[in-house]
Amino acid sequence: MAKHHITTTINGEEAEYLCEPQETLLDVLRDEVGLTGTKEGCSSGDCGACSVMLDGRLVCSCLVLGVEAQGKTVETIEGMADGEVLHPLQQKFLEEAALQCGYCTPGVLIAAKALLDINNDPTETEVRYWLAGNLCRCTGYDKIIRAVMDTAADMRGA
Amino acid sequence: MSGMRYEAPNSVDEAVKLLADANGAARILAGGTDLLVQLRAGMIDPGVVVNIKNISETHGIAADGGAFCIGATVSGAEMGEDAALSAAWPGVVEGAELIGSTQIQGRATMAGNLCNASPAADSVPALIAAGATCTVVGPDGQREVSVADIPTGPGQNSLGNGEFVLNIKLPARPANASDAYLRMIPRTEMDIAIVGAAVNLVLDGDGTCTEACVVLGAVGPKTITVADAAAALVGSKVDEAALAAVAAAASAAATPIDDKRGTVAYRTKVAGVLASRAAAIAAERARS
Amino acid sequence: MNEQPKKFKWVGTRTIRPDGVDKVTGRAMYGADLTLPGMLQGKVVRSPHAHAKIKSIDTSKAEALDGVKAVITADDMPQADPTPVAAGEAMINLRDLSDNVIARHKVLYEGQTVAAVAATTSDIADRAVALIEVEYEVLPHVIDVLAAMKDDAPVLHDDMFTGGVKPKPEVASNVANRVEFTLGDIEAGFAAADVVIEQDFTTEPVHQGYIEPHAVVADANPDGKVDIWCSSQGHFMVRTFVAGLLKIDMSKIKVTAAEIGGGFGGKTTVYLEPLAVLLSSKSGRPVRMVMSREEVFRASGPTSGAAMTIKMGATKDGKIVACDATLYMQAGAWPGSPVGPAAMTAFAPYDVDNVKVVGFDVVSNRQKVVAYRAPGAPISEYGVECVVDELASELGIDPLELRAKNAAKEGTQAAYGVKFGAIGMVETVAAAQATEHYKTPLGPNQGRGVASGFWFNIGGESCAGIRINEDGSVSLTEGSPDIGGSRASMAMMAAETLGVDYYKVKPSVVDTDATGYHFVTGGSRVTFATGMAVVKATNAAIDELRARAAKIWDVDVEGVVWEDGHAKPASSNVGDFDPMSVADLAAMANKTGGPISGHADINAKGAGPAFGTHICDVEVDPDTGHVTVLRYTAVQDVGRAIHPSYVEGQLQGGAAQGIGWALNEEYIYDENGKLENAGFLDYRVPVASDLPMIDTILIEIPNPTHPFGVRGVGEVPIIPPLAAVANAVAAATGVRFHALPMSPPAIVAKMAEKG
Repeated sequence: MAKHHITTTINGEEAEYLCEPQETLLDVLRDEVGLTGTKEGCSSGDCGACSVMLDGRLVCSCLVLGVEAQGKTVETIEGMADGEVLHPLQQKFLEEAALQCGYCTPGVLIAAKALLDINNDPTETEVRYWLAGNLCRCTGYDKIIRAVMDTAADMRGA
Repeated sequence: MSGMRYEAPNSVDEAVKLLADANGAARILAGGTDLLVQLRAGMIDPGVVVNIKNISETHGIAADGGAFCIGATVSGAEMGEDAALSAAWPGVVEGAELIGSTQIQGRATMAGNLCNASPAADSVPALIAAGATCTVVGPDGQREVSVADIPTGPGQNSLGNGEFVLNIKLPARPANASDAYLRMIPRTEMDIAIVGAAVNLVLDGDGTCTEACVVLGAVGPKTITVADAAAALVGSKVDEAALAAVAAAASAAATPIDDKRGTVAYRTKVAGVLASRAAAIAAERARS
Repeated sequence: MNEQPKKFKWVGTRTIRPDGVDKVTGRAMYGADLTLPGMLQGKVVRSPHAHAKIKSIDTSKAEALDGVKAVITADDMPQADPTPVAAGEAMINLRDLSDNVIARHKVLYEGQTVAAVAATTSDIADRAVALIEVEYEVLPHVIDVLAAMKDDAPVLHDDMFTGGVKPKPEVASNVANRVEFTLGDIEAGFAAADVVIEQDFTTEPVHQGYIEPHAVVADANPDGKVDIWCSSQGHFMVRTFVAGLLKIDMSKIKVTAAEIGGGFGGKTTVYLEPLAVLLSSKSGRPVRMVMSREEVFRASGPTSGAAMTIKMGATKDGKIVACDATLYMQAGAWPGSPVGPAAMTAFAPYDVDNVKVVGFDVVSNRQKVVAYRAPGAPISEYGVECVVDELASELGIDPLELRAKNAAKEGTQAAYGVKFGAIGMVETVAAAQATEHYKTPLGPNQGRGVASGFWFNIGGESCAGIRINEDGSVSLTEGSPDIGGSRASMAMMAAETLGVDYYKVKPSVVDTDATGYHFVTGGSRVTFATGMAVVKATNAAIDELRARAAKIWDVDVEGVVWEDGHAKPASSNVGDFDPMSVADLAAMANKTGGPISGHADINAKGAGPAFGTHICDVEVDPDTGHVTVLRYTAVQDVGRAIHPSYVEGQLQGGAAQGIGWALNEEYIYDENGKLENAGFLDYRVPVASDLPMIDTILIEIPNPTHPFGVRGVGEVPIIPPLAAVANAVAAATGVRFHALPMSPPAIVAKMAEKG
């Protein structure tokens, strides 16, 4: 079967890959592009570990075909820090211990950033519902929710 | 699982041809949130997947004299961001927005939810209660169909070979009209509805209900439109007595099954609870 | 708190974890993240039947498929000896483990592995799996624990006779074992009681629900050496099991611990690792295997479901005088439910003279259970804590007051054998009573529940190495996979002991060739036991640093003390020397004897038992049965919180898992014994919007055997929530629920029954 040649933009840089029609964007990112920071937890859109931004929308990369990224922009956890400078959410997650095993963390960070990009003053309820698609089994969510809200407060103050 | 082709046509005609040529072996990719799960689980093995997102007629939400035309590839998130649509049809929008997580909302479409034909589809009861129609395109041109006529049973729809849904249309509505959709899930998010209930109604100037439609989801192989519940609302001020009658009628109309998500007894009772609660919310919205 | 904590520079602070940046930037490498040149993808063929004989397996079509490089069945696996080996906190025999890794002759649950393939791509491997033809003779199956105990139940193992009973039974049954713990005179105890409550409870199996599926890369060298990269709670455990199952010398196996994406006990055994090694050996290429989420649910271990009877008696003034429990626990397809710890912990929070607990370990056609956070204790203590609540209500005593009156304390004789030392049960109850939470009024349809919990905690084998680098920075090596911040606590204890900056200490979890044997990351043992090894290794390095200073100063080593990270003369009599820092001594190391290091290989004893008390407020929608957790407070004696944030995180995460267990998590089977909810859609772990903030109160009653007073903290927090939620729901509805989960349909059904 013919592979598709896809040209796309990943974390601000033009990228090309070959992919089979049934391969998901998650498969492609991990296996073809070598960006393994995006995690697979379920491959059915139920856990959010594979969250990425596709043309500015938060999506589960397991529910996007690799071929669909043609001509689009993809943002993953590997592009979240600005060189050596962590994104304020990444820094806050470290300071407030908002991760334990760290496996859900890339997806949570991508999703939280998507929220703060459109709403820098979310309520606790808004944060909880926004992140309802990002399962975390370690933290009970408490420190994640606090870290997101504290980051938003810092961003408003800045 | 292999040998699958992927096509992303730019026009309705191209898409129709691809679908028709595949003779039933094609699947449409709009939001993909059901399609990719089914592919991965090996439930389907299509010869070709046709992405309709490059077809401009499937894009955007167009408002026209109070009516709305929602493209087949419009996501739940886009609907929620449309202030006019959300104000006019809050129940339709909340139904669409209840499908999955924020991530799913960035992809999932109402048209896909409709054609996937799950009895528990969250966006369908409110669409039917709203009297929505859709434009179906196919080898014989296009036709307008009531959304209620699209699902024919669990996982089955009435679309013919080569056909697909291009858009969904919501009618203009009078003043003092609104709608609401509620569903019961064990958690607060991320579940399939055990019961869903949508109510669309119109009040007159002094708050008396003049038109109503009550539709249940997940309590039968298809949605159930409960005429007795609507009748209980029409002519009432949507007071406690009317709401109790709505609950009784909804429970009486429900024909659920026992499965891993709920029992017959539970679904029957909760169909009534949610229908009456949705009616109260719709009325409150219509009054304000 | 008993004593004023000593002032520490690092211990008790909230440092940034050493692996943190890797984990927030996507750099951290988990089980599935390694790719080796020429690597194949391995996949598994699984049984569609709950109970069946394997009549034949035809792999020829799969082997003929282009791109398929190896196919294996049980015939490729050596026959294992039935030798008991430690598995997490239980024992397992290698023959059973081997059968669970790949079925021989018979399948005992739906999802059990019967064959495996390795191919050049995942897609080809999937097609090869579909081409393997297995002929089964389907046998009658049994799922439920009580049904499995009936005389006419299908028997899973015709060579299994109930252990722990005399005389040995003459017929095989599904009851693997009977355990009993007694204290005092149970009949006399109940005779003295004014109030006796006896109730039956059931719980369903629940899965650990780690977000990272099991994953491994194995690379077998033709000379017999094997490299394994995998995510587990113990790479030494992986080595032990792979060596035992495949009969390979341990020295030939090197296991590297990938970062682990959650385990909670579920990664204390092997599923894929031996298969990947066999496939790699057979193909001569590295093989990666990763479970799908569905496979995780279908083929890795949940914890037991159970049925139990709990009976407790108290006098009018609220003294509990007798406790009796019978526990029937599902083991899955082979023996090994956590019935032992369930029986031992059941009444342990209380100081009671007369106790009897009998437990049964019962097999049925389900996934083999494996450890899940405080294995067994949440189940038995759920029933007990519900009955304590009923006693409180019957006696008209506040439920925390009743717990305070009967709390185990220093000197209490526990029914399972130990006499408690310094423990904090009394203090956790007192702290809960003092909370503003406990005093806040509730609204309509709302209820408040409390419950306590106990867990032993364990010690075990751990090793540590401290190397003082030439520039005075410190490399710390140990071998406990870091599942939730333990590198930070190890480095903090080393920095505190040595008197250096925490950020100068770099901790590494090293492979099985680079350190000595470690028991698994489990039993809440790592900060305690590996921490003890780290402190001991650091002290050894300090002794060496003192010796080097003594050499430089030309004095006896006894004349050199170690204070604030410096070697100093013990007194002015020793001489007038400027203190020497670690960096000073490191810089001169080549002139004073070479590299400076300290090592410790220990088997840690004296883990401090720990207690917690939780408060939960819920609101129940009486029409839909939906339960909303409104507010939650977890109080626990943690001994000493090395890194308070990660300790709080343990309490919060455990509480969330317990809430899920109480409300919506369960394994659901159809009439053919097939699991119906093998995915996160219908196996409902709590999502962010399901929970409130979880307030924590850390009580610090130091464990006298640990240099910093550490007790294990990870397991206690999952114990109280089941009953705390159940008691809150009972308070909100006026109805006592005797079965978990209390899902909306279950709540509405029970309330309808009660009218």
